[in-house]
Amino acid sequence: MPCPGVGLLGPDRRLKLTGRRVVRVGGSVVEPMAIEVSTTGPPGDGLVGLVETSTLELFSPPESLTLAGGGRLGAVTVAYETYGTLSRERDNAIFVCHALSGDAHAAGHHHDAASQKPGWWDDFIGPGKGLDTNRYFVICANVLGGCQGTTGPGDVAPGSETPWGLEFPFITVDDIVTVHRALVEQLGIEQLLAVIGGSLGGMQVLEWAARFPDTIRSAIVLASGSKLSARGIAFNAIGRRAILADPSFHDGDFYSHDEVPSVGLALARMVAHVTYLSEASIEMKFGRRLQEGDRFAYDVARETEFQVESYLHHQGKQFVERFDANSYLYLTRAMDYFDLAASHGSLCEALGRSDARYLVVSYSTDWLFPTSQSREVVSAMVEAQRDVTMIEFESPYGHDAFLIEHAQLAGVVAPFLEQTLEAVRGRS
Amino acid sequence: MSATRYSMPGPDTEMIDELLLEQVDDGSRVIDLGCGDGRLLDRLRSERGCRVLGIELGEAEVTAVIGRGLSVIRADLDQGLGDIPDDSFDTAVLSQTLQQVQRPTTVLREMLRVARRALVVVPNFGHWRIRLKVIQQGRAPVTDSLPYEWYDTPNLHVCSMHDIRDLVEQLGMKVVREIPIIGGRPAERAWWANLRADCAMYVLERANA
Repeated sequence: MPCPGVGLLGPDRRLKLTGRRVVRVGGSVVEPMAIEVSTTGPPGDGLVGLVETSTLELFSPPESLTLAGGGRLGAVTVAYETYGTLSRERDNAIFVCHALSGDAHAAGHHHDAASQKPGWWDDFIGPGKGLDTNRYFVICANVLGGCQGTTGPGDVAPGSETPWGLEFPFITVDDIVTVHRALVEQLGIEQLLAVIGGSLGGMQVLEWAARFPDTIRSAIVLASGSKLSARGIAFNAIGRRAILADPSFHDGDFYSHDEVPSVGLALARMVAHVTYLSEASIEMKFGRRLQEGDRFAYDVARETEFQVESYLHHQGKQFVERFDANSYLYLTRAMDYFDLAASHGSLCEALGRSDARYLVVSYSTDWLFPTSQSREVVSAMVEAQRDVTMIEFESPYGHDAFLIEHAQLAGVVAPFLEQTLEAVRGRS
Repeated sequence: MSATRYSMPGPDTEMIDELLLEQVDDGSRVIDLGCGDGRLLDRLRSERGCRVLGIELGEAEVTAVIGRGLSVIRADLDQGLGDIPDDSFDTAVLSQTLQQVQRPTTVLREMLRVARRALVVVPNFGHWRIRLKVIQQGRAPVTDSLPYEWYDTPNLHVCSMHDIRDLVEQLGMKVVREIPIIGGRPAERAWWANLRADCAMYVLERANA
């Protein structure tokens, strides 16, 4: 989709974002924020329009967040965005859990500049899209340990003048979900219509259903599983090793050395990126084509002989500009550690607690989270006598398919959400 | 995954659905294999208060089931029902599909693994019209109830009511009821059923149950 310049939209179609920022959140009842986000303009034009990232502080002193790994964080800043309008009954909210390298900016644009890229799921979130902002209130927040506005190792530690670095406490998917849930509560939403996410985001969805079963009406898990496979851990290990072995890493304190482990982080991203593609998509996109001309350069050190090399280098370089190496270490570890069955007794026990309707989606060429992993989760849901729908889509795009095949995904997510909302409203 | 669609609505569909509905206990758990657009599941839920799950291969059909607010798993019956734990349902339904799967024995065994009771509706290739066509014309028969040319048919297997009985016994299953459908009506204990029935419904249970 071309980036829409807001100038083209006219002033009447700009987003109106009002909200009282509640800074401190203690254990006592805090007045929920007044949220009013309205998109004017004709419905179904597919554009979310201008948005901005908001921040909230949760778990402020005297409260604190006790982490699953034993650590403790006093005050957590959360960066989030919302799209659409919360209904009076507050029954149409959907929380989007982003994947490893995502952020709170899931849809719309931050500036008028036409060059600015839209949010990472802009093709799926908006008027008339998979998550229809004419009907639903969509929330997306950066994960704990991330580097796009939510507290993470790149932030300055309290009582210190330097960033946390490796002093940042160990975090898990549990902790990420605890913070998301606290944010949703703070926004005045008791129960979400749906929580949805792919990959690491899907793990958060599963954890949410197990930990806060009564706070969701449905759970949508895309290209994910109840744990990362040994192969997945292996690729994460290579990525972490690349970062740790980079001389510019300085034991995580690269901030004070005024440099970043760009070689290691780029390498980590390159390896990970290969796991997101399928054999078919990589052949389709690059094949054995050369980057320049049609002759070999006979130069072993040449960085970009083949197009696929050039592409991976580009991905690596881009990633270094927007991602913190320490966050990468923390979040990949959180992903490695995630094991829903181990932390809740069994999958059946973990997934049987919620009355939420489950929708599980996998992709035929995804080898990072193959369909067998979705089937394992679905099997437990059936065993627990839950309401579960599962579909494996044919797609050549591998693990990345959930970020690419929007129409296909919308084809099942839209009716699923519609039916869930109907059930909610019919019941009350 | 092949593009085969399992669910083939036929002229007697409505009547067969009624017959199936009668065999199911109120509020029980039912799995419908090859559920199509979820037509039967919808009625099981609304009329009998059943907890239902459909299995279907076609993407458009799966989407239709979701649009009814029902649970469905996209799967190929020929791959077995590996995702479904033992005894997770009271009844498994397989309507007009057994003749279309590659391994009918596997599917029948799977049905009585995941449910204690199986309802199976199968077309009867022993009908006199079909026999007559074969004798008269010396060709693979095409009739109103079996309107396919031999080279373009979803029906991989040709069997009569006698054949089904033999198979079920061989698999160590018990025929609790056998209801031939003759001229669009259920006719339990009809004479010459294997000559007269267009299809038949079987209620099966494990022999040791």
